[in-house]
Amino acid sequence: MASPTLQRPGRVLAVLLLIIVGLGLAAFWPGQDHSVKLGLDLRGGTEFILVPKLASGEGEVAPDQLDETVKIIRSRVDSFGVAEATVTTQGTGSGTAIVVSIPGTISNSVREALTATAKLTFRPVLAENYGSPSVTPTASPTPTASKTGSASPTGSASPTAVKSASPTPTATSSSNGRAISSALRAATATPSPKASTAPTAAPSPTPSATTKVATPLPPIQSKTNDAKLQAAFVALDCSAPGALIGGKPEDPSLYMATCSKDGQFKYLLSPAVLLGTDINSAGASLPTGGVGGWQVDLGFTSEGAKKFATATSELAKNQAPQNQFAIVLDGLVTSAPRVNEAILGGQAQITGSFTAEEAKALASTLKFGSLPVSLTVAATNQVSPTLGDDQLRAGIIAGILGLLLVMIYLLVYYRALGFIAVVSLMVAGLILYLSFIILGRTIGFTLTLAGIAGAIVSIGITADSFVVYFERIRDEVREGRSLRTAADTGWVRARRTILAADFVSFLGAVVLYFLSVGNVRGFAFTLGLTTLIDVLVAFMFTHPLVTISARSKWFSSGGRLTGVDPSRLGGKATSAPPTRQPARAGATASKEA
Amino acid sequence: MSKLGTLGARLYDGEVSYDFVGRRKRWYAISAAILVLAIGGLLFRQLNLGIEFSGGAQFTVTAPNVSLDQARVAMAAAGHPDATVTQSGSDKIRITTQSLTNDESDKVVSTLVKSLAIPSDSVSVQLVGPTWGKEITSKALTALVVFLILVALFLSLYFEWRMAVAALVALAHDLVITIGIYALTGLEVTPATVIGLLTILGYSLYDTVVVFDKVKENTRGIASSNRMSYSQAANLALNQTLVRSINTTVIALIPVTAILIVGVAVLGASTLEDLALALFIGMASGAYSSIFVATPFLCQLKEREPAMQALSRRVESRQKTEAKAAPKTAVGGRTATAVLDRDGEDVDAGSASDETAETDPGTPGPKQPPRRNVPRSKRKGSGKR
Repeated sequence: MASPTLQRPGRVLAVLLLIIVGLGLAAFWPGQDHSVKLGLDLRGGTEFILVPKLASGEGEVAPDQLDETVKIIRSRVDSFGVAEATVTTQGTGSGTAIVVSIPGTISNSVREALTATAKLTFRPVLAENYGSPSVTPTASPTPTASKTGSASPTGSASPTAVKSASPTPTATSSSNGRAISSALRAATATPSPKASTAPTAAPSPTPSATTKVATPLPPIQSKTNDAKLQAAFVALDCSAPGALIGGKPEDPSLYMATCSKDGQFKYLLSPAVLLGTDINSAGASLPTGGVGGWQVDLGFTSEGAKKFATATSELAKNQAPQNQFAIVLDGLVTSAPRVNEAILGGQAQITGSFTAEEAKALASTLKFGSLPVSLTVAATNQVSPTLGDDQLRAGIIAGILGLLLVMIYLLVYYRALGFIAVVSLMVAGLILYLSFIILGRTIGFTLTLAGIAGAIVSIGITADSFVVYFERIRDEVREGRSLRTAADTGWVRARRTILAADFVSFLGAVVLYFLSVGNVRGFAFTLGLTTLIDVLVAFMFTHPLVTISARSKWFSSGGRLTGVDPSRLGGKATSAPPTRQPARAGATASKEA
Repeated sequence: MSKLGTLGARLYDGEVSYDFVGRRKRWYAISAAILVLAIGGLLFRQLNLGIEFSGGAQFTVTAPNVSLDQARVAMAAAGHPDATVTQSGSDKIRITTQSLTNDESDKVVSTLVKSLAIPSDSVSVQLVGPTWGKEITSKALTALVVFLILVALFLSLYFEWRMAVAALVALAHDLVITIGIYALTGLEVTPATVIGLLTILGYSLYDTVVVFDKVKENTRGIASSNRMSYSQAANLALNQTLVRSINTTVIALIPVTAILIVGVAVLGASTLEDLALALFIGMASGAYSSIFVATPFLCQLKEREPAMQALSRRVESRQKTEAKAAPKTAVGGRTATAVLDRDGEDVDAGSASDETAETDPGTPGPKQPPRRNVPRSKRKGSGKR
């Protein structure tokens, strides 16, 4: 807190200048995006508000469930190939909503893919191959770790080409990983070149001027493992646009061909032997001694344990790649560990040189599968680019007009003091603009129409801080104090009022931000931000500048243009205090003049 | 402008004084009349809830050359003859129907595009499920309650509980009036309107805090003196902050008005306009209530304290004897009534408004006028020069 008498106003101003220069550098550092990120209501786009509910219909969505849901939706959205799509959660507790914003218009199939309930299934692998005929994988599949040597039955893992479990060299030999694939390649023949033409991304029904969004490919499923399915598997090109979009309707009772999450591999899979709901616990742990890196511990329900025991005893008998089971999340293979032996106890470990993050990611995927979350579209808002442009223009015009009129009012009423207020408003505006750029980059802040409205409204609140301060100064001058003293004593009292009033305003913004959804949130954020900037500017700019000005000869002379003209204010002359009567007369005279 | 400047000086000195506190019955009557209207409006005319609350579909077509009738025909062709079609801004048409599925809405869009011969990206679509609106509303209400509790706590700590109560009463006053006006006029209530209402919360309190801060300053240690009663000190505070209140209201309303004008001229009904309208009504009401409702109500609460009642009696008797001793001087027909009100509990509000030189403390006389003294001596006490 500044001392009542500001000794070195210049120093405070210099510090603020440093802050602004710092913000400016951060905002305009070369090689980065320097624009304010606009919400879709200002540039056109589609926004979905999704409400997550447990698919079983009972109970609430736990926070980590929600996180996993958001992750799944985010990976779906990312796989659309759209730049600047955002997925955020808003609100708290049972009312939490997931908000997906995508620039441009999107088709029905994308919408469906986005909101499909993510399923987790365990499916025995029938065949495996590279995901795309043209692309040679950049990394080899992770060689599977051999039996972990722990007492408990172990499903050794080969987390095949999962982005989160990216291939890491393992301690044990690479006897199998490569071999699986090469063996398989021989078996299934090289995919024909025309493979990629079959299921390509269809153009979206509603063409969009701004963005092209990939359409998810229909799932490749079949009742039997017939020639048609195998042909489709051969033809499957995981590098085709839309191939990696999750949310395909997946029927666990059907055979299916699908890609790994990163598109490097494709799999032909049997019907599911186990569902996500058969899992009752999953966690990442570091085995004692730390041999073999992080692992994922799995616990099954009694039902699940039986199914898993049966499945693994079958799988363990098979040759690669048919001794693997694929963990399929959201229609894509997350991981395909190899089973070395039957796992009977209802407890299993997946090992394979995971890093801590990889193991945790897989564990949370597995955990998610145990309580699937369904999503309902609560609201859709599709703004055309023309409307977006119009709204942006209207917001900017209203802001500039409002700012200009306030500045004129301040200048006319407070004269030179008003000029300081005007410059203060400009400084506040500059800091706000820089903050928008930086926050857009760091926390994904997007400016919406409601946000602009919040900023415009805050012009009034910011200007009010100056009004409170200036009126206090004028009161002090009326009391007969010199301007220099008045600038200090007036500040002491104004400061308290400004802080109390801004605190209430900020409190409102914070409560709104954390409890509300949609537009209200954007508004609350801007309002809270501007309130903080208001305090910063009042303390570090306006007050020092007024203090410096008050020391100047011209200001102290109290001319008509200073805005602190004692005779006009009806104050007493600063030098020899005369009787009250003449001062009054002076005041009246100037009033009538 | 300079008139306001000199008026500020005279208000500050107590030379000119508007009797806000003493005439509270008059202000209460005005407020009560408006409130009755507002509540009546709420009871007899439902709020016109936008589709965000009631659920529904809204299509905004940006097409300067399309008439409303053309749009109606197109909607009938799309199977929605009951759609509400309105002009919005200069070049936009707004079509509202009941809740639609995504497929239905896609069909409407393609029909509109075809039969109106407009580019497909000139149609904006908003679909809201029927349950979502309830969630928004309940969230807004939760936010409201949490905010009010926190603010009441803060005000009780920073000031005292009576001020918290008075501030919240003024706040309720503003909210009811704003909502009532929406009910009466049938203007559409959208989430933007709710944002506006929630801002009013902050703003109305902000305004009241500034006034109360001055009241607090003027009444510090007042119980041990006998110069002025709590009501008188509070009224002086109101007058002293009056110029600031006017300036603040003007400055806050300027940008809001700008949003309103630009919103109507450029966009037609939109987030900006909905927001600005709610703000405009609420801010005007907020400025009124911080002066005419919050402070008079606070004085009523304070004057119930035994210490303050005793103070009022002392001040009254002192001023009576002073008035007898002092030579009668006319105030000189200044603009406002210069009034020293007594405890409002037992004073007829009307009689207090008379210009009575006997009780006017602003009268220049041999004695230092009491009004100036309290804030001034307090200043000296706390002045950290």
